[in-house]
Amino acid sequence: MIASIAAAHRNPFPAHWPTRIGWLVLLGYCIWAAAQLDFTWRRFVSGLSNGERFLTRMFPPDFGSDKWEMIVKGLTESLEIAVIASAIGIAISLPLGLMASRNLSPPWLSWPARFLIALCRSFHPVIVAIIFVKAVGFGALAGIGALVIGSLGFISKLFADAIEEISLKQVEAVRSSGASFANVLTYGVLPQVFGRFLGFCTYQLDSNLRNSTMVGIVGAGGIGGTLFSAFQRFDYDFVLAILISIITLIFVGEILSNVLRAVFLDNKTISQWFARDAAHAPVTPRGLQE
Amino acid sequence: MQGINREWRRFTPEQRIIRFAFYFIAVAALVMSARHIEFIPEFLYDAPAQIKDFFVRMWPMDPTFYAKSVHAALIETLNIATLGTILCMVIALPVGALAANNLVPFKPINYLAKLILVSSRSVNSLVWALLFIAVFGPGALAGTLAIAFRSIGFVGKLFGEALEEAQRGPIEALTAVGAPKSSVFIKGYWPQVKPAFWSIALFRWDINVRESAVLGLVGAGGIGMAMDSAMNLFRWDQVAVVLLTIFVVVIVAELGVSAIRKRVI
Repeated sequence: MIASIAAAHRNPFPAHWPTRIGWLVLLGYCIWAAAQLDFTWRRFVSGLSNGERFLTRMFPPDFGSDKWEMIVKGLTESLEIAVIASAIGIAISLPLGLMASRNLSPPWLSWPARFLIALCRSFHPVIVAIIFVKAVGFGALAGIGALVIGSLGFISKLFADAIEEISLKQVEAVRSSGASFANVLTYGVLPQVFGRFLGFCTYQLDSNLRNSTMVGIVGAGGIGGTLFSAFQRFDYDFVLAILISIITLIFVGEILSNVLRAVFLDNKTISQWFARDAAHAPVTPRGLQE
Repeated sequence: MQGINREWRRFTPEQRIIRFAFYFIAVAALVMSARHIEFIPEFLYDAPAQIKDFFVRMWPMDPTFYAKSVHAALIETLNIATLGTILCMVIALPVGALAANNLVPFKPINYLAKLILVSSRSVNSLVWALLFIAVFGPGALAGTLAIAFRSIGFVGKLFGEALEEAQRGPIEALTAVGAPKSSVFIKGYWPQVKPAFWSIALFRWDINVRESAVLGLVGAGGIGMAMDSAMNLFRWDQVAVVLLTIFVVVIVAELGVSAIRKRVI
């Protein structure tokens, strides 16, 4: 009797030993890696008092008039780098993405294109920026080059993937009406991928804006250089002022790209914008919004 | 009859105007940037020569440099990326949960959590590294914390969205039988968001491997430090070894992640 009750009421969520062992292994790895990297409690505690000093020196942020001028100059340059790099990157990644799509272009073209894209993707913008600084010298030009490479890797790959997912029926229909290759692209392929392409582009513009504030650290123009030299001069209140300006700029950029998506993908108009009941969330490619 | 001759248009006039306005702004921004930005054309003239010089100096590579200092730095980079990802998951789990409106139905807390996530994403990992170097001194500790803090925004946002999409059914069932809050989370929400959680973690680890490779340039440990010291000595043959190593590791990491993702998730 008792045994049958115990059997009927056994834990519906029994312990799963492989999972537990997995967590233990993870914990063991953490301890081992922390020891490898020489994390010690004493270092952490001494860091905390450092951090306190650091924070008191950061406040209040220094927006003095000469500093403000430097911030505006740096941010303008960053913004220009981001805009130009995005434009060039988008212009090149249209044909590159098309070449890399395996359903529309022959293998001898798609594999080299895919390799080129993988090469562009695997290096961080800062490393590419170092190479460009060596090639074209300090300044905004190097930053533009670095961000163009980064944009190529990202947009072309996603664009190629999007083209590979299109429906070939429409392409066939356009082709059977005797259209040239260019017409097949404009009327059969592009309408199917335009929305997603626009999504990638706005995302990349956003991400170029973030990265353009950083490539200056290696001398490739923009506000990053100002930020880095402020760090080296221990000018922490100016650092905080720069950081606040960067975050504001990026935040505004994010809002703008949301508006752009709403206008182009949801066909929203200004009158709908202010109508309360039509307030749907703008369409965003999932998993893209960093 | 007049229906046949009617002209059909895809967009209303208002839609067309607003689209045109966006195109116009985009072109204007591009033109203004191109005119305003400072070019030094002299630098551009000798760029091909410089690039050629760059590759000539890189070849032949210095393979002894790998065993001497790149290998240890590479292990350090991988440890920084992995520990940073684990730390970020630990912190992002509660922050993401606080940002999910169905789990914490209190708007001010949702907005506070979202503010934390946005500021974490807006500051670049190199800048986070500079901040932590100022606090903890140069080294891998600063790098790990930088990676973790940069990733919180990304992971927390995606995890919060996954939680908000969780189905009501199992949660209502658990609430109806009187399960405590902790059990509702562990047995109701967690099984639903577990696949999303692990795929976000893998995805972020892949990104973090790339990011941790450059942290050394500002002194936060890892393979970037080896590269920085080789560059300061103008040993481009050693820099080439580092670049090749980074390329191989990034490709292997990406292939590994996509293989795991296919098999497990």
